[in-house]
Amino acid sequence: MSAVTGADTPAGAALELRDARVDVGGRAVWSEVSMSMGQGEFVALLGANGSGKSTLLKAALGMLGLSAGSISVLGGPAGSANVKVGYLPQRRAFDGGTRLCGRDIVRLGCDGERWGVPLPAPRWSAAGRRRNADAERVAEAIELVGASAYAGRSIGECSGGEQQRLLIAQALVQRPRLLLLDEPLDSLDLPNQATVAALVARICREAGVAVLLVAHDVNPLLPYLDRVVYLAGGRAVEGTVAEVVSSETLSRLYGMPVEVLKARDGRLVVVGQPEPPAHHHDRHEHSHEHDHVH
Amino acid sequence: MTNPTLTWNVARDASEVLEYHFMVNALLAGTIVAVTAGLLGWFMVLRAQTFAGHTLAMMAFPGATGAALIGVAAAWGYFAFCGAGALAIGWLSGGRTRSWSEQSAGIGAVQALALGLGFLFVSLYGGVLGDLENLLFGTFLGVSDGQVLTLAVLAAGSLIALAALGRPLLFASVDPDLAGARGVPVRGLSIAFLGLLGLAVAATSQVTGVLLVFALLVAPAATAQVLTPRPGLSLVLTVALGLAIVWVGLGIAYFSAYPAGFYVASIAFALYMLARMWAWARNAHGSRRRAAPSPGRPEMDAPPTEGVIA
Repeated sequence: MSAVTGADTPAGAALELRDARVDVGGRAVWSEVSMSMGQGEFVALLGANGSGKSTLLKAALGMLGLSAGSISVLGGPAGSANVKVGYLPQRRAFDGGTRLCGRDIVRLGCDGERWGVPLPAPRWSAAGRRRNADAERVAEAIELVGASAYAGRSIGECSGGEQQRLLIAQALVQRPRLLLLDEPLDSLDLPNQATVAALVARICREAGVAVLLVAHDVNPLLPYLDRVVYLAGGRAVEGTVAEVVSSETLSRLYGMPVEVLKARDGRLVVVGQPEPPAHHHDRHEHSHEHDHVH
Repeated sequence: MTNPTLTWNVARDASEVLEYHFMVNALLAGTIVAVTAGLLGWFMVLRAQTFAGHTLAMMAFPGATGAALIGVAAAWGYFAFCGAGALAIGWLSGGRTRSWSEQSAGIGAVQALALGLGFLFVSLYGGVLGDLENLLFGTFLGVSDGQVLTLAVLAAGSLIALAALGRPLLFASVDPDLAGARGVPVRGLSIAFLGLLGLAVAATSQVTGVLLVFALLVAPAATAQVLTPRPGLSLVLTVALGLAIVWVGLGIAYFSAYPAGFYVASIAFALYMLARMWAWARNAHGSRRRAAPSPGRPEMDAPPTEGVIA
């Protein structure tokens, strides 16, 4: 496990935005967004569909440019250190017919962008040594997420929770310093949401990786979060869960009365949250969970 | 040849087959086509672009008729139309934001236009296109030395290109979002792949005919992907199956009154069905075995390692 940890842990922010603004199609998705994530912190990025959560991750990866403000990732400009950034894109599950085994999917996270094809090479050659090193990293990442039992199976045959673990392993295989996870809990059932949330928290602590996790529902993450960032109405609020997911803050953010109720078991329920704008940026075909369990 | 008959002496039969130059050429062309179409087909099946491949095969119809109309070799028409078709499909189905239904509708429109143009060219040509049967069903047993050479050069070129693109193409095929984030030119690869596929289809269809391209493009790859999820092994199996299909098909055809294309397609289909039955039997066996100790599916009794729920 310790090998996954970045060798050096320099001080400074893992991800920092200052008065940032992103325009897509000539329209601001959000603006005046400032946030800062320390090394090894576990932060949830919350907000309704279309509030620009995925956009923020893409800006952090350098796939979308800012139209105002600044962004720095691991101390450099966005996109400059993507090898040190693990990314799990938002997606639907793999099709049942995808005939590729989990271990190879994880491996693509290691060397997928390298041109050419892996050819058999003797162990002592440079190519052979690199292959062995890669294979070790892959096995280590798979073990870290507890997916060894089904890594040899075709990914299409794995359950949703198993696929999500393998994809997290894929994001981890480069031994990143920052993990950007776009809705890893989406499309999982409740027990799996809890175990995947616990898994991400464990990786965050044990490997010292900063995690920014996009979620619809903060509840499965409540025991583990350092802080949350809430995107709504083109603005963002950053703070602890208690500070941000409160009636006052969310009412101010949405500009209309929103109530946050706390259930007896500690779960938070957001009531009166407005419908998202018709123009979506998140590619969500199902517009569920707008007005409950946030 | 005087009414060849199949004996139990395989070595003698094989040497008899190889005494004929047309059979040697057929086997050479079949071998080249099996390898090239198999490997490109493997990526096509993985990318679920079978319909695009089918449409590229149809491009041979306007290609060949158009070539006849302006009086050049049919091959030029094949390559021109397959190339244009690949670009059109790449452009219409480009961008991951398009849904599968939108993409297939676009590909269907390209196919309809291609067939329409083919009919136009036939009518403009006015005369009888004697090659039409060859176009549809191929000239497996009439491959010339020049064709074998052309095929070999094209195959070598497209396989070198495929080898260079291989790993990023696999990445972009299974995980376009992540591949894009890691700097893989997803869109460019998609168009490059369709171009290579167009080339392979054009080359293959000259030998097997438009209607039978799929026997070698889809069947070996689909069969191999059913048999194993390991990409390396799967690619090797694809080539082995393709070669087996072509060699056995041509061998039987030599000793039989029926066309080679029929045997090639039938063997391809039979192998695919066998693989599916094997996978089905294995799954049924596996789920029975899994169901025995714990009735709940792993989805519910999730944590495979202790301490995940801390």
